[in-house]
Amino acid sequence: MRAWLPGYDLLRAKSLDAALRILADGGGETRVFAGGTDLMVLLESGDLPPGRFVSVWGLPELSGISVTDAHVTLGALTTYTEIQAHPVLRAEYPMLCEAARLTGATAIQNRGTIGGNIVNASPAADSPPALLVYGAEVELISAARGARWVGYDGFHTGYKRMDRRPDELLRAVRLPRTPGGSGAVHFYRKVGTRGAQAISKVMIAALGRRDAAGVVADCRISLGSVAPIVLRCRKTEAVCLDRPLTAEVIAAARAAVMDEVTPIDDIRSTKAYRRVVSGNLVAQFLALLAK
Amino acid sequence: MPVARAAKIEVSFTLNGAPVTVRALPMARLLDVLREDLRLTGTKEGCGEGECGACSVFLNGRLVTSCLVPIMQAEGARVETIEGVADQPDVVPIREAFVACNGSQCGICTPGMILATTALLRARPNPAETEVREALAGNLCRCTGYVKIFEAVARAAEARRGAAGGVR
Repeated sequence: MRAWLPGYDLLRAKSLDAALRILADGGGETRVFAGGTDLMVLLESGDLPPGRFVSVWGLPELSGISVTDAHVTLGALTTYTEIQAHPVLRAEYPMLCEAARLTGATAIQNRGTIGGNIVNASPAADSPPALLVYGAEVELISAARGARWVGYDGFHTGYKRMDRRPDELLRAVRLPRTPGGSGAVHFYRKVGTRGAQAISKVMIAALGRRDAAGVVADCRISLGSVAPIVLRCRKTEAVCLDRPLTAEVIAAARAAVMDEVTPIDDIRSTKAYRRVVSGNLVAQFLALLAK
Repeated sequence: MPVARAAKIEVSFTLNGAPVTVRALPMARLLDVLREDLRLTGTKEGCGEGECGACSVFLNGRLVTSCLVPIMQAEGARVETIEGVADQPDVVPIREAFVACNGSQCGICTPGMILATTALLRARPNPAETEVREALAGNLCRCTGYVKIFEAVARAAEARRGAAGGVR
């Protein structure tokens, strides 16, 4: 333990309203603490800035998964274990379930939350690429201004930066029902040293559908660990949309994505490797879609 | 920003079936409170960052790594450690299978392995080997090479099904 523990206060919020008041009164300095799977790792290594935290773990207002005809809504505290077990998520959002299955391992999946994964804002997080492709929206709430829904695409504005004010809490994530319609291909791959525990070198979530003539009618591609934020690859999508998946189109999409990503060298991988693998993953997805 | 000065708080929870109250700093790790304050040293520290599973405990019946749980979040919870779980009737066959199969060498990973196996077999009494590998993927062992551990889990599953009279 490299941290000096008296430097860290952790308050228990007894309700959502109480949590919002604590955030508002903290002058923007109080941070939200949920399952601890990111913050406690930083604490142990001495990299968590000291200060005041408010625990929201267990608050019913932030828990549970609800389903309507239009949306599936996940409370911010929904764990990876709960995601994998939910029948509607398994049927309609297989990439989110696969991301949950590949995040850490059982003990982490019992504590890690979808809301925490979003506001931790790592470009290497496992679920955000799936959320982007599924057209997610997030709900932010504060004592001063109430609640607002924003599209998840655009929520991350730069490395570890996001459209969230210091007094705002992420309350929920919602996904439009049956993304891509029936017959859509959902393709999720995590490339790393191993499936469990390891943070990815590159990952992809992609969804596509071809019409009766074989022309690409829907194409959404998102990559993780290849840019300062989780990337929606719209230029690459444009190469594929409204075209038949010929070898030429697939080659053009591979080239486009290698141009669209902006990876870096770091402890897990290299810029060059990530660029090549991004191209390979897109080509693999399109080959599957072409079948 | 002024540095906060956290004060010790009282935290009450159920530990292996009995009520306990501890005084600790709110961000103290459940792992340290168990080992240092409550003298339950069966829970081990390996990596201290949620990667190795040696510090696994059950929190409200779910497997968690206690190095990532601040003690404040244990308030009102049900905590079970290897000391409380090992003698439970459905866990005894798991323990025995680890001994019989040499699934334990230095022993540091063993409490976590037993708890992860318990969580698995309570949810899936008859797991496929791929399910065993996935359920134990968060528990690292540097001695056995895992094969003997997987054998122990298979043997334990068989013994537990036998003990349940084949009903499960």
